[in-house]
Amino acid sequence: MVDVPYGATAGIPPAEVEEVELYHPKSWWTQYVFSQDAKVIAIQYSLTAAAIGLVALVLSWLMRLQLGFPGTFSFIDASQYLQFITMHGMIMVVYLLTALFLGGFGNYLIPLMVGARDMVFPYVNMLSYWIYLLAVLVLASTFFVPGGPTGAGWTLYPPQAILSGTPGQDWGIVLMLVSLILFIIGFTMGGLNYVVTVLQARARGMTLMRMPLTVWGIFTATVMALLAFPALFVASVMMLFDRLLGTSFFMPALVEMGQQMNYGGGSPILFQHLFWFFGHPEVYIVALPAFGIVSDLISTHARKNIFGYRMMVWAIVGIGALSFVVWAHHMYVSGMHPKFGFFFATTTLIIAIPTAIKVYNWVLTLWRGDIHLTVPMLFALGFIVTFVNGGLTGLFLGNVVVDVPLSDTMFVVAHFHMVMGVAPIMVVMGAIYHWYPKVTGRMLDDWLGKFHFWVTFLGSYLIFFPMHYLGLLGIPRRYHDLGEAAFIPSSAHTLNAFITVAALIVGFAQMVFLFNLVWSLFRGRPSGGNPWRATTLEWQTPHTPPRHGNWGKELPVVYRWAYDYSVPGAAQDFIPQNQPPATQAVQGAAP
Amino acid sequence: MAVAIILLLVAVGSVLFHLFSPWWWTPIASNWRYIDDTISITFWITGAVFFAVIAFMAYCVFRFHHKEGRRAAYDPENKKLEWWLTIGTAIGVGAMLAPGLVVWHQFVTVPADATEIEVMGQQWRWSFRLPGKDGRMGTSNVRNISSDNPLGLNLDDPHGQDDVVIESGDLHLPIGKPVKVLLRSVDVLHNFYVPEFRAKMDMVPGMVTYFWMTPIRTGTFDVLCAELCGTAHAQMRAKVIVQEEADYRAWLDHQQTFAELSGRITAMKTTYKSGGEQEKPLRR
Repeated sequence: MVDVPYGATAGIPPAEVEEVELYHPKSWWTQYVFSQDAKVIAIQYSLTAAAIGLVALVLSWLMRLQLGFPGTFSFIDASQYLQFITMHGMIMVVYLLTALFLGGFGNYLIPLMVGARDMVFPYVNMLSYWIYLLAVLVLASTFFVPGGPTGAGWTLYPPQAILSGTPGQDWGIVLMLVSLILFIIGFTMGGLNYVVTVLQARARGMTLMRMPLTVWGIFTATVMALLAFPALFVASVMMLFDRLLGTSFFMPALVEMGQQMNYGGGSPILFQHLFWFFGHPEVYIVALPAFGIVSDLISTHARKNIFGYRMMVWAIVGIGALSFVVWAHHMYVSGMHPKFGFFFATTTLIIAIPTAIKVYNWVLTLWRGDIHLTVPMLFALGFIVTFVNGGLTGLFLGNVVVDVPLSDTMFVVAHFHMVMGVAPIMVVMGAIYHWYPKVTGRMLDDWLGKFHFWVTFLGSYLIFFPMHYLGLLGIPRRYHDLGEAAFIPSSAHTLNAFITVAALIVGFAQMVFLFNLVWSLFRGRPSGGNPWRATTLEWQTPHTPPRHGNWGKELPVVYRWAYDYSVPGAAQDFIPQNQPPATQAVQGAAP
Repeated sequence: MAVAIILLLVAVGSVLFHLFSPWWWTPIASNWRYIDDTISITFWITGAVFFAVIAFMAYCVFRFHHKEGRRAAYDPENKKLEWWLTIGTAIGVGAMLAPGLVVWHQFVTVPADATEIEVMGQQWRWSFRLPGKDGRMGTSNVRNISSDNPLGLNLDDPHGQDDVVIESGDLHLPIGKPVKVLLRSVDVLHNFYVPEFRAKMDMVPGMVTYFWMTPIRTGTFDVLCAELCGTAHAQMRAKVIVQEEADYRAWLDHQQTFAELSGRITAMKTTYKSGGEQEKPLRR
């Protein structure tokens, strides 16, 4: 932070960058549909992600109905159950969370927070969205094709994914792979944009170590995604060849339903390595933007600088790097060479250290703060609880021998829902309550927001905390019906029914949230430009919502880090990043 | 205030739920008590950290929530505190990792006197094979599989002739004898999972995987498939019956060997094609 001696920046002249390079819309179509404004693209990404996310939410209700009350609902059979879990998982991880954090928040916040007029390649940015939309439509179309969507589980493990014992073998799996390939192409276009914008288009004075942690999180996650998604890309292409052309990348000699198949020589485990080489970084592609955003929410609403900013930045970068050498902890019982277990257990547990540092720094930011229990702050607190819980159960599953009994049980389901389902969703919600005023100029309703928070937070906790114990008991995942087994007591069925009821209630609370989003758009209290009295640049725009080009005639100049809250001697409890150092009173306090 | 209390209740409630949960691991039936012990250590360490972090957070919310005139402190960093927290965390992580790796070493080190048995999965049933009097199992190949030779044994391997083949039946094991469970699949991934044994491993077509364990308790245990294998994944069941040595011998004497089974399938030999890749069970 103390990268420029205090006072040395005082003489920076305002940058006189005219907004000539921007393509200004000439019609309704180019303003709202084929827009090249990152802010419009962000909203398009977010609405599309939310729409397909609603499908995933309904699928989760259906699967919970089946699990809670097996046999009651004649319209859900084993095949459909598998299709529900597959589509729910894939939508949530890739099409909702990845798209929302990077395509949604990334597009909206990166240019505004670093003080740029737009993404550096606006046209490519627009294409990125339209290809993403195409990927979503291809994915959604699988509900209507013969045989329905694939039921291979979101991990799509071959040989099962492309053989006839799995639902969706005809069209579902093919369209799923095509959709993933499209998604990756679209994401790469957007991702290159985010990275180049952060590296090349920052406002004067916005050094890397003055960037808000939100930008650090999204930036690092994007770099990771650009490195990780190609592994999924090649895996998808190869599996598509195995399915359509009869190649054998992942297919050994095998007998299907008594018939010798023509496959031979391929390796199912190779697919798993490729999938998880993508899949584990993917966890952090979702988590790092959440880490960054929640840091800013906590700092702003506790009116206190984030504790240990430099350590936070290095933790983000360190986690990003380490997450590429832990992938096989998803494969401890896959049949890979057992000696791998020593290496991957060690790397996996090491990653707990930078992650723990982040948690400490969040709670230490609260220490001696001035905590405003606003809705974004409540969601941030909810994030810490669920993330700490889910992170700690990761220490069970990462420690190879402990994973052996727990692997493939409901413990795993509970763990990853807590850590990369509920926790990032808490941040998404908190972020929406936080930035909605900037996007629309109106505040979301506070009472509805608090209702939404408490039902979602406590409800999700009641869903997923007890679920760990079903896994400890030994109940496997991906079972539509537990059937008869001596080790499963009848109380386990009662708990399953309870979890289903909680899940339905949490789902209902999301409808309240949607209502709030729409209602506040028209009836919400006008927010003004900086309702949270925050320091970062997006709150200092001349207009709210910001117009195309963001900054009017002159780009902002940055004089300080993003966390000058409650600086001793300053008149207000926040100093915007673009406020020049003027008075002697703040000398020595603002790094 | 209310927020702080609710946060604290979440922490306390989680600990109480853990202590009084009626849902807990099944009584163990194998030698892998060490795995349970490692889980217990992990529960203690992570539970303490969870409670400490959430309770600290609840205290901060209680003590520092906004009041008129309150102003936050300004302290960007505290190197000493950050380093101590890092070192403390590293020690905690080491305390979980070290026993974990020691037990994993045992898990992957198969004792020399372990008896090899074979479990084979296919959509959606289990078959088992035990070595015959010679104590060795014959080689097999997926390409040999037919309705008459469901496990794909090589007909000209003498070691295979006395192997005991159990198709879609239950597996019997003698108590107290270490077994190395060789795992094969003919079609898709499966996973041989007996909750009471704690151990499990995927079965992968094209490879032979394994784990080892020693049954320590007689009884009948459910075999489940733990790796998604298609529509009837949840119905893929069998039983393992752990018996005293004498009972086990009595059962074994009634089982048919591969030669006896294949007596009715000599005609098949004419269609048998030699060559192609040979699958050999892993030998230590």
